[in-house]
Amino acid sequence: MHEIVLLVDTLFPRGWEHYLFGGLLIGLGTAVIYAGTGIHAGASTFLESTLSYGSKLRRFQQPRFIASRDWRVVFTLGIVAGAAAYSLVTGEFGWTTEVQPWRLLLGGVLIGIGTRLGKGCTSGHGVCGVGSGSRASILNVAIFMLVAIGVAQFVFALGVRP
Amino acid sequence: MTDPTPPERGASPMSGAGIIAEHESHPLFLPLVFLGGAIFGVGLAMSQMARPEIVLEFLQFRDLGLLFVMGGASVVVGITFWALTLSGRSAPMTGKRFGRRLKSMDRDVIVGGGIFGVGWGLSGICPGAAYASLGIGNVVILYGVLGMFIGAYLQGYLRETRADAAAPSPAD
Repeated sequence: MHEIVLLVDTLFPRGWEHYLFGGLLIGLGTAVIYAGTGIHAGASTFLESTLSYGSKLRRFQQPRFIASRDWRVVFTLGIVAGAAAYSLVTGEFGWTTEVQPWRLLLGGVLIGIGTRLGKGCTSGHGVCGVGSGSRASILNVAIFMLVAIGVAQFVFALGVRP
Repeated sequence: MTDPTPPERGASPMSGAGIIAEHESHPLFLPLVFLGGAIFGVGLAMSQMARPEIVLEFLQFRDLGLLFVMGGASVVVGITFWALTLSGRSAPMTGKRFGRRLKSMDRDVIVGGGIFGVGWGLSGICPGAAYASLGIGNVVILYGVLGMFIGAYLQGYLRETRADAAAPSPAD
């Protein structure tokens, strides 16, 4: 029994409850939108649909982006507002990351390319796709998870912190 | 991030002409999407996914909490999608038939997943979590959001120019 407690403490040094409840809420937000509209809301299509406001590239001027771009802006504003409200209540608002700007920028570029080429991200494939039992999504998640673990371990081994 | 095409000349409508926005199907569509997004955002903040450090610690096996986040979210979504799809009904606000999210399997799913993985592992951010991170006041995350827009633009630009090279079409 004592060993199990130690193991849990090692694997989840910050506890596990807030991770589970947070995850359930992420799922609930997605489920609420789906129940009303039948839409599987992912977070990364917002990038391309928002570019359709300002770019004339035919890639972005597709009907599926133009028809959804307004509500995707509202969805994103909702995410920002929900996170802001939570952090204001808990007093965490104003926390800033120690991750270097170059990593955020370069990582962001790769995320922008990869999620749009791969048709989804951690919410589209990871939550909606896996929740749907989609084989393409499960494969995509397995690949980005394994690659990300390798890269994060490599970066850490190089001595880059955090 | 500049658009290589010349500025609009007024004659060609930028976009949106003749396309009905999805949210126009019901007056409560946008309020519902905002509510769903807000719940989603609370979840991202509560689960600490809005903090790149926590995601990086998961990827480095120093705190496996993210397993609970993705697991919890997938179970709720899985049950909801499954039950509503099985009901055979249509969504009240759009008339869209309930169905699962199934994307076609091709090489892009694999290559895109790999590229996303490099970015995620390097930075600890992903799109939804980055928006939430801005919400908790982490303004530095704007570097990441800017990067995502640049990346999304780059892939659109490259795919379009490559498609044009393969099948010439009127220049624009």
